[in-house]
Amino acid sequence: MSDTIVIAELSKGKVSPTTNELVTAANELGSNPTVIVPCSDSSAANDASNISGVTKVIAAKSDVFANYDAAAWAEAIDSVAPAGIVITSASAQSKDLAARIAARRSISVVQDVIAINGTTLSTPIYSGKAIQNVAISGDAVISVRANVFTPSDNSGSTDVQVIDTTGNVSTAVKELVQRASQRLDVSEANIIISGGRGMGTPANFSHLEEIADKLGAAVGASRAAVDTWDEIPHSMQVGQTGKTVNPNLYIAVGISGAIQHLAGMRSSKYIVAINKDADAPIFQHADYGIVATWEEALPVLSSSLSSLLA
Amino acid sequence: MVNIAVLVKQVPDTNSKIQISGDRVDLSSVKMDISPYDEFAVENALQHKESGGGTVTAITVGPAGADKVLKGVKALGVDNIVRLDFDGYMDSNGLQSVLAQEISSGGYDVVYCGKSAADTGAGSTGPGIAERLGWGSVSNITDISFDGGLTVTSPTEGGNAIISVNLPAVVSCDKGSTKVRKSNVKGIMMAKKAQVDVKPVTAPASSVTVVSQVMPPAKPAGKKFEGGQSAQTVAQLLRDEANII
Ligand SMILES: Cc1cc2nc3c(=O)[nH]c(=O)nc-3n(C[C@H](O)[C@H](O)[C@H](O)COP(=O)(O)OP(=O)(O)OC[C@H]3O[C@@H](n4cnc5c(N)ncnc54)[C@H](O)[C@@H]3O)c2cc1C
Repeated sequence: MSDTIVIAELSKGKVSPTTNELVTAANELGSNPTVIVPCSDSSAANDASNISGVTKVIAAKSDVFANYDAAAWAEAIDSVAPAGIVITSASAQSKDLAARIAARRSISVVQDVIAINGTTLSTPIYSGKAIQNVAISGDAVISVRANVFTPSDNSGSTDVQVIDTTGNVSTAVKELVQRASQRLDVSEANIIISGGRGMGTPANFSHLEEIADKLGAAVGASRAAVDTWDEIPHSMQVGQTGKTVNPNLYIAVGISGAIQHLAGMRSSKYIVAINKDADAPIFQHADYGIVATWEEALPVLSSSLSSLLA
Repeated sequence: MVNIAVLVKQVPDTNSKIQISGDRVDLSSVKMDISPYDEFAVENALQHKESGGGTVTAITVGPAGADKVLKGVKALGVDNIVRLDFDGYMDSNGLQSVLAQEISSGGYDVVYCGKSAADTGAGSTGPGIAERLGWGSVSNITDISFDGGLTVTSPTEGGNAIISVNLPAVVSCDKGSTKVRKSNVKGIMMAKKAQVDVKPVTAPASSVTVVSQVMPPAKPAGKKFEGGQSAQTVAQLLRDEANII
């Protein structure tokens, strides 16, 4: 049985609930992990101290954690992390970091783990068209997909040890451009509502935004929508050449369900499809399918959500 | 004059159906193509060269069949094409050390790659190579400019970061606003005659072994409703059955 190390996932400077899922993954590998919280202010680590099933919490404190620089983060984390199996989330940034840490230690990295059985890990391959099971021997770094493992609860109490660390920064952030809208990016959201060519015009995406705002959801799009309309940026694209998402709920509106779109969203926990064509392939993957035009269905969905959430 | 490398990989065409035979994926009748994100890496590499001169070398690790992908990028304007001859499975540690060695002996200043390959989806190769070479790296970039040093746009929480990158560095590329060029007849003819520089490699011992490849568990059939009014039923199910809202 290997020691495990969880690198806490942070969101807006706070330990995000995904971290609790990473602790569960460590527990499934057979040990209570050391949780490392990369931070510039060590009080950020206090939120990790009540996660159950944890041996130790280390606040890895360094100015380099103010902005993401892959080289500096890997160095700063590597120097405080003990040997063992290192576990990160599978967000784009954390996968990048996972690869760096593994390379630094000359060990292998296994990305996007969706199941753990002993030391056998399952990961999607060919964009989720198949699953690969691999056995790891010795130390490794693994990234774990969100919304797969049940989060460990918050009834623990572990002391936080603060360790100062540092790394060499090789890139310089010249400017941070905040998104104009307050809405989440598809890669950050737990609920996504996406529109496709069937929305007819980009202006009609306002109907998706209205529902997104009720649900605290992000708005996504198919490639056909992104390629056809300049108003729909590539950052919204879900799929093979867009983002891979894994939300609790994915609502596909006016999207046919092409294999390259499925590649980016098929592992969503629940999928709702709204499409006027009863034979659209998206329905084969939908938990709840609504055969209707969005013009008919979205107003009903919107008002039903309003009364349910009231 | 920058010495530019771009990493490319052949993967199953994204339209292809993946089938299992025994406990392995059977790719024998699948059409192979360049991994989609690598096309953006090639485009950025060529633009880098055009901005101030240099050479672009495309490198792949794979069997002889992967030469097709190399010839494809040669037709787009890549100067040299190199294949590290290997057929089979290498774990990330093996693959990255083989590639890092090639990059280091080639004396490159910058390496472009796709943000992830369409087969594994991992995205480990770019940052992993950079770490082994002691280089900086930026990942998932959506925009690039070459005036006054390398500047890239990369997504960050809540928006985008505009980052200046010191060379040597590895740059992993997303689609973003990049429009890729198409090859013309002249390029294709030239590429046909081009020589692939084939180099043997020995993969280091692997600490990851593939146990099996299987189809994803079938999803239980969903519920399908007719008419817009059923959106109300679905909203209720999202609360009562799925416990999401
Ligand atoms: C290499 C490669 C990479 C790709 N990458 C991606 C990717 O990342 N993401 C992606 O999405 N695609 C990608 N594609 C494209 C993909 O193959 C499809 O072309 C695309 O997903 C189709 O988008 P769509 O579903 O919006 O449009 P369509 O396929 O045109 O479907 C529109 C749907 O809307 C329905 N509809 C029309 N009007 C209404 C209405 N009023 N109400 C309700 N429904 C209506 C129609 O019945 C239809 O099902 C890629 C393709 C290739 C070759």
